[in-house]
Amino acid sequence: MSDATVSRPRNASRNHRSYAAFIGHRLSGVALAVFLPFHFLALGLALEGRAALDGFLAYAENPLVKFGEFGLVILLGLHLFFGIRLLVVELLPWRGDDDDRAGIIGWGVALAVALGLVFLWGVI
Amino acid sequence: MTEARLFALQRLSAMVLAPLVLVHVVVIIYATRSGLSADALLERTTSSFLWPLFYGLFVVVAAIHAPIGLRNVLREWTPLPRRGVDGAVAVFALVLLALGLRAVWAVTGGGVP
Repeated sequence: MSDATVSRPRNASRNHRSYAAFIGHRLSGVALAVFLPFHFLALGLALEGRAALDGFLAYAENPLVKFGEFGLVILLGLHLFFGIRLLVVELLPWRGDDDDRAGIIGWGVALAVALGLVFLWGVI
Repeated sequence: MTEARLFALQRLSAMVLAPLVLVHVVVIIYATRSGLSADALLERTTSSFLWPLFYGLFVVVAAIHAPIGLRNVLREWTPLPRRGVDGAVAVFALVLLALGLRAVWAVTGGGVP
């Protein structure tokens, strides 16, 4: 059977875990890049004195902010583990023709969520 | 800089960042559990010369890694002109580096005693 006659579902190239991991890695990276300058500005408040930094930390006790931080910890974990998978796929020898190390994706999601929950457990 | 060098720099910076991120996440969890206050934060970050080194390295490598990643996303997913994207992410890299080093200075040595 030639390739031209093979019937493939629409968007088959995107309908798998590796594509979801690719999207997750990219979107988490963009979110972290947007967050970083604000994180640095907040820490920079220490230059204005302990009261300024304490004022921000008091604001950060707001449950909505804590929930946002919970999300950021998960995004950081996802970006880390999906990034490690990319390095493994790109730099280590493949064990077969389609060795996309998909197993790391599931473990990465589980570990990222676990990190988020451990963080959340400590602040509620 | 060539595309190949940016590709390599992105991977090399990722290899440096991975262990730093793991340590940072542990610090975040420890710090939030032990109560966040300016006193507690500054006491920890000024307790050793290793913290400015650790976070200084973190900032420098993140200021390399994040702009290259953003460049890839903007080039591939938006119709923005390539030269414009290159210029914007170069500015972003400098802003990230300046704000990051300022933050490290603020919490490890430059803050109010």
